[in-house]
Amino acid sequence: MTSASRAATASGIRAAARRAPLLWALAGVLALGASVAVAVTVGPADIGVADVWSVIVAHLGGDPAAADVTPIRDGIVWDLRLPRTLLAAVCGAGLAVCGAVLQSLLRNPLADPFVLGVSSGASTGAVLVVVLGVGGGALSVPGGAFLGAVGSFALVMLLSHSLGGTPDRVVLAGVAAMQLFSSLTSFVVMTAADAETTRGVLFWLLGSLGGAGWTDVGTGTAVLVLVLAVCLGHGRTLDAFAFGQDAASALGVHVARTRLVLLCATALLTAALVASAGAIGFVGLVLPHAVRALTGPGHARLLPLCALAGAVFLVWVDTLARTVLAPKEVPVGVVTSLIGVPAFVLVLHRTRRAR
Amino acid sequence: MTLNAERVSRTAGGRPILDGVELGLRPGVMTGLLGPNGSGKSTLLRLLAGVLTPTSGVVTLDGRPLDRLGRREVARRVAVVEQQADTLVEVSVRDVVRLGRIPHRRAWAPESAADEEAVADALARTGLTGQAGRLWHTLSGGERQRVQIARALAQQPRELLLDEPTNHLDIQHQLDVLALVAALPVTSVVALHDLNLAAMYCDHLVVLSAGRVVARGGPAEVLTADLVAEVYGVHAEITRTGPDERPHVRFLGTLRG
Repeated sequence: MTSASRAATASGIRAAARRAPLLWALAGVLALGASVAVAVTVGPADIGVADVWSVIVAHLGGDPAAADVTPIRDGIVWDLRLPRTLLAAVCGAGLAVCGAVLQSLLRNPLADPFVLGVSSGASTGAVLVVVLGVGGGALSVPGGAFLGAVGSFALVMLLSHSLGGTPDRVVLAGVAAMQLFSSLTSFVVMTAADAETTRGVLFWLLGSLGGAGWTDVGTGTAVLVLVLAVCLGHGRTLDAFAFGQDAASALGVHVARTRLVLLCATALLTAALVASAGAIGFVGLVLPHAVRALTGPGHARLLPLCALAGAVFLVWVDTLARTVLAPKEVPVGVVTSLIGVPAFVLVLHRTRRAR
Repeated sequence: MTLNAERVSRTAGGRPILDGVELGLRPGVMTGLLGPNGSGKSTLLRLLAGVLTPTSGVVTLDGRPLDRLGRREVARRVAVVEQQADTLVEVSVRDVVRLGRIPHRRAWAPESAADEEAVADALARTGLTGQAGRLWHTLSGGERQRVQIARALAQQPRELLLDEPTNHLDIQHQLDVLALVAALPVTSVVALHDLNLAAMYCDHLVVLSAGRVVARGGPAEVLTADLVAEVYGVHAEITRTGPDERPHVRFLGTLRG
């Protein structure tokens, strides 16, 4: 295909996506449903989509015993794989939305909760509560994660502001914060020094959906819905940031207030996700760029489709992570980084060309 | 009545940027804002747009202080074109012009017929109707400025503020942009470096030096050899040629030189 015809095809797809956003949203929802259903069947123990359906119907009907499967299989589906797959969907959706919002708000195509050190800060906050018992029981794990996320965000903003505030400085400050908080997390986990230590470090630094339970799914979904609603309510405001803060202000946007609200919202969502799945990197960086190429820059379309694409993406990445070296499990963050780093380089190249 | 700056001052880090500036716009008039770098032109424009607030003094719109009006309400009246706008987002010309509708739309409301009409009208008035699908990063500097003016027009402003809109443009596009602005039925303020362009297109000139207004009036009145020497430190010869006798400045060298 010549580059001209490729560009024509791309713009044709884009035009179609803009004309029929509802159709794409519907396709996304169907793809997500199918992905969850199929991903749950993947793995040892021969479980089919029909079994999954039967288990879900039985449990939602209030009578788990009615499922047409053995109790062991019922347990695998309902207690292990379903919450895990749903948490993957929630994390993927949340991280992609956070990435899209941060990229627009900070006018930085490389922004994402992981690159900016927010995820690492949340990890540190969470392990301080889990391992050292900071807060003396008054602070929950998500609460600690939120304070950690806000703390590292504040550090990155302060640092990048003092360095001049250009997009590359923000990323450099983020990298510094990420390293700092990752080391702090490792250090805190090591002080616990029991058999679980290494696993614990891997969980908080690289992310894992292995420990997912229904509480995680519930909390994650609630925070996701709340934050997504806040971000969608600010959709047009986010559009206004395309040409910078002054331009946004001249279009009637309260810049400081918007930044505060949206930075807190993304920190809250990141914290909720990190508290149950650790710091999964690069999902928030990669997905928004892919989706933006399809929907164009308008956030009213971009954000919901980012959520759907992120959800489908992480469901499959997690499935890959738990099956590729079975019975050993690869931390999901390793897989997202393997995919994410080349994409990171690609984005860097594109922004250089755009200058 | 329109935008008025009443004895506005602005300091940054203890240093005065603007010092007691009075500026009253007259409806439909294109005012040129002149002065060397650092004289406070950009700051004055940002105060007029309400993007910055004055340290003392007040900017009013139809007699009401800007800070009493909502940001959105101001943006529905006053539009700004920056010196050099750029974005890393892949946006089309139409996307950029649509941004101008933001102050007119509520958070969850879909695009209305009035929005579409305003965008189409802004594209038509800037001659961009056929280019609406082009991507921002493929446009030349002159085309980008034209798109920003279209975006400003989509705001349906009565006041238009432009901060050195001709910087970085070749001469054809400089004339093109200023002719476009001069023909618009709005009250406009244009910060400019080029004295001859200001003399050609503006109805009224205001000259800033070190944060104070040092001259104001019609181009013929304001642009004198003495003023150019005093404000810019440059020897100049002013001639009046052409049918409307607009002044023309010929530079002869710096005062020191």
